[in-house]
Amino acid sequence: MLANFFKHTQYKTFAHGIHSDDHKSETNTLSIKQFPFAPLMLIPLNQHIGKPAIPVVRAGQEVNRGELLARADGWVSAPIHSPVTGKIKKIDLMPHISGDLVNGIFLETAPGSTQESLEALPCYPDESPDSILAAIQNAGIVGLGGAAFPTHVKLKAPTGKQADTLVINGVECEPYLTTDHRVMLEQTDDIYMGVRYLLKITNAKNAIIGIEANKTDAADKLLQNKPQDLALDIVLLEVKYPQGAEKMLIKALLNREVAADKHSIDEGVIGVNIATVAEIGRLLPAGRGIQERVITIGGPAISNKGNYRIPIGTPLDFILHTVRFAINIKQVFFGGPMMGPAAADWSVPLMKGTSGIIAFTGSNHESREKTLPCIHCGACVNHCPMSLNPSMLGLLAKNKEYSSMVNEYYLKDCFECGVCSYVCPSHIPLVQYFRLAKSFIRKQASKQ
Amino acid sequence: MNLPEPKLNIASSPHLKCGLSVRQIMLQVLYALIPVCFFAVYAFGLSALLILMTAILSCLLTEKVFNYFSGQNLNSSDLSVIITGVLFGLTLPPALPLWMVCVGGFFSISLGKFIFGGLGFNPFNPALVGRAFLQAAFPSAMTQWSPAFAADRFSSLPTSSLTFPFFSPEYDQLSSATPLAALKFSGSNSSEMDLFLGLNHGSLGETCSILILCCGLYLIYRGLMNWRIPAGIFLVIILLTNILSFTSEELQPSVFFMMFSGGLMLGAMFMATDPVASPITHWGCFVYGCIIGLLIFIIRIWGGMPEGVMYAILLANAISPHIDKLFQPVPFGRKNA
Repeated sequence: MLANFFKHTQYKTFAHGIHSDDHKSETNTLSIKQFPFAPLMLIPLNQHIGKPAIPVVRAGQEVNRGELLARADGWVSAPIHSPVTGKIKKIDLMPHISGDLVNGIFLETAPGSTQESLEALPCYPDESPDSILAAIQNAGIVGLGGAAFPTHVKLKAPTGKQADTLVINGVECEPYLTTDHRVMLEQTDDIYMGVRYLLKITNAKNAIIGIEANKTDAADKLLQNKPQDLALDIVLLEVKYPQGAEKMLIKALLNREVAADKHSIDEGVIGVNIATVAEIGRLLPAGRGIQERVITIGGPAISNKGNYRIPIGTPLDFILHTVRFAINIKQVFFGGPMMGPAAADWSVPLMKGTSGIIAFTGSNHESREKTLPCIHCGACVNHCPMSLNPSMLGLLAKNKEYSSMVNEYYLKDCFECGVCSYVCPSHIPLVQYFRLAKSFIRKQASKQ
Repeated sequence: MNLPEPKLNIASSPHLKCGLSVRQIMLQVLYALIPVCFFAVYAFGLSALLILMTAILSCLLTEKVFNYFSGQNLNSSDLSVIITGVLFGLTLPPALPLWMVCVGGFFSISLGKFIFGGLGFNPFNPALVGRAFLQAAFPSAMTQWSPAFAADRFSSLPTSSLTFPFFSPEYDQLSSATPLAALKFSGSNSSEMDLFLGLNHGSLGETCSILILCCGLYLIYRGLMNWRIPAGIFLVIILLTNILSFTSEELQPSVFFMMFSGGLMLGAMFMATDPVASPITHWGCFVYGCIIGLLIFIIRIWGGMPEGVMYAILLANAISPHIDKLFQPVPFGRKNA
């Protein structure tokens, strides 16, 4: 334990957070494999934060792989490209990971669909920042770490603000996920190509790639292949959840604390996920749109665990049948098990922001242990990365004192990393209470 | 492709738990208390064993009875009642009649814990509530100290132990004063080595300070105890004792004496750190510890009683929610706001 303590202290990090078992060794040595096309693709129109895309195809139309299916609706939106060659079956409601039904395009894959893709005009890093931004939006690129915020919006600093540092997030702190790890190892050149585009757009002086110390091979690979002319640092970080959260990462790398009601640009930082950088570097020179992404399929209920380049819109049942699953499968998460939502329906499709599919069996699905009263042990206070008081917030949430939660205990600072629920020995569903409280507050606000 | 598709469970994330439970925490605290109990039995013999067992049983029984009549099950399985019983037993003088132990155990759980709603809701440390009740009800019996390491401690019981319920106890031998009482009332200082190693007399579990310190350090090492509370207590006691030694001409206790005499170590390590009755925030815990240290110092030096740890902790318990409110952590990104 003491040896562990010293091991932890040699890398930079943020305050609080948790050291959990990362389960990454199950898939972090498996190279990225191409996933087959599903016979029917389900492509939701709102795969990103912002306005849903507007379809530009109609039922019965035949589309090529890479063809535009839906165009962006304004600035904070992203277009969607066809992941396969096939025929539009219908545009209708489809299941979504959130549990809602959303509008989307049902696309029947043509039996002979190949990897060949339609391409548009390429865009290179020596072009003007605005044309690169337009190319990023036209490629439909959104944050691939999970948030799915349109990348071009994030890269465009508000007028009067200027970023001095580009922070590239190679942390991947969620247990089980190894996609960014594999992308760093296998798409090193794409990443450096992407960095060139981003430095051009943001006009930042230098870039920093933050990588947790459980991916030293990736850091070595990046360091060895680093182009001489690129102003870029690679920094190893302590393995700690939730270091991938942007504010935590900026604190760990630069020791800058982004104020509660501010954004990272206010501290002169623009943060981008490393998989997003790699996609920019891979797609823009080819003039392609985003049609597929790399995900980790893993967890105890999966037989053929691994990292796959998978077409966006592949439904969950096809994925699970392809990789084989244990018969006692009980829970499937889109993303990691700490923040990822659980799938309720077998036909939920994979989206741009889905970084992994993790499945648990009945035996390792924690039997819901009885919730005991809070014993004030302080574990949540000790681990909350935002230094909130989850114990008190939980008590207030139970008594429905929402205004006090917001005004006195800063509920809105909580970004729902789930650390409080993870450590609570009384098994109090703290972060779940907070989500409920936030949705009540939102409802009340919309009523007024 | 025709595998059946089992129903999927849905839940709100996170889907992982670190695996620590209240029961495990309580178990660790109990483990940490075992050496202290063994030393109590070793030093005081059969009477200590009987007092500890009676204390635990009376606490357990009280909880069962209350659960039965209230028709609810307020978590008897979480071991916290047993901890209360052990801690309560450790604060008692070794020759206390067993029926008084029963009465104290009953009040610990009923008045100290159950009427507030059971686990997690007691504003005061239940073990100390029971002891405070005994102190108020039986002041003479609570200050009769039979000597430690008596030759016949494993073969015979003090006659007072088996006093018939509701009768006053009779004592075999003249009781001697505890080190703190000796200092206060007759002005004599005890050997520091004896205090350190627990060769003095006193309550069952308070004599061997070094052992208690080690057991507490174990819990701190395991991350199950907030080190800021004992740190605050010790800091204030050391500071104030040093200041006093410059200002006053009378017989002064040394820092060593203050630290290792009476119930200070047991109180600081195991009573004040009762998580339910203490603050939860980091600075809150430290301030709470400082307040306890200050109160102990005031009662010991200027109070009418030789010992003040119990009242100091109970008073600090009462204001702990307010301390918490005053010392909320500053959230990330709000340091300059």
